[in-house]
Amino acid sequence: MKTLEELMALRDAAKANLTARDDSSEVTRIVVGMATCGIAAGARPIMAKFVEETAKRGLTNVTVAQTGCIGMCRFEPIAEVLVPGKEKVTYVQLTEEKVARIVADHIVNGVPVAEYTIGAVTE
Amino acid sequence: MRELSLNVLDIAQNSVSANASLIEIELIENSKTNDLLIGIYDNGKGMTKEQVENVRDPFFTTRTTRKVGMGIPLFRFAAEMTGGSFEIESEVGVGTRVRAYFKTNHLDFTPIGDMTSTMISLITMNLHIDFLYRRKLNDKEFTVDTRQLKAILGDVPLNEPSIALWITDYINENTKQLTEV
Repeated sequence: MKTLEELMALRDAAKANLTARDDSSEVTRIVVGMATCGIAAGARPIMAKFVEETAKRGLTNVTVAQTGCIGMCRFEPIAEVLVPGKEKVTYVQLTEEKVARIVADHIVNGVPVAEYTIGAVTE
Repeated sequence: MRELSLNVLDIAQNSVSANASLIEIELIENSKTNDLLIGIYDNGKGMTKEQVENVRDPFFTTRTTRKVGMGIPLFRFAAEMTGGSFEIESEVGVGTRVRAYFKTNHLDFTPIGDMTSTMISLITMNLHIDFLYRRKLNDKEFTVDTRQLKAILGDVPLNEPSIALWITDYINENTKQLTEV
């Protein structure tokens, strides 16, 4: 069984590893639509996957956040990627596989995955 | 919604939008009488009588109040479909209490699903809000209180990956113990 003592040990380990986060202007934001439409379309595992992928890669300058209805319910699950100084990229009809690729290509390597974006789907 | 846990996530988002500082979520199940109560209680800004009436009606959606939409009607239908019932009470400046009663042996009962994922999403995405999660099955129960976790963690945030993983395992293990004889 997990114990609170274990949590204390994790806290001490995390404290030692807490690196100073980059200046907030440099933080990339991933925002997942979590209104009724998003949740019904499967936003919960999408958000968890973004968290998992960024944690796995130790990306400390990335935050995953949630928002309400983005207004394009038929394209849910939707996530927006906001890289400082770049135009916002909106990804639609997300799956966990797509999320893994977005994190690798866009977040890590800076190349948006054009085929998953709202522009590609509505053409 | 494919799982009631998704309804819970959706309803709790209303509490987040209502600027609650504490959100309590409880699931109380009796496997002998096939009863399940799901309660979501917050200390957010609350609603007027009129607003409460409006949220019950999916066709009265006005986008001026953020708490109006399909969320409450879907949750209510999920409960009433099983022969259960639904209650919502709210007071401006005090908070909102939502209770849904289900008959778990009814053909139209939607499975509870992955409550752990719902709680982890809520806890890690809303660090400024405290969550009290209580789950009871017959005479066994457990609670997780983020206020208690925060007291232990100090300035280490709940969304730190190793901490979030611990909370996930902690809730999963406690949930599993409820069903063990």
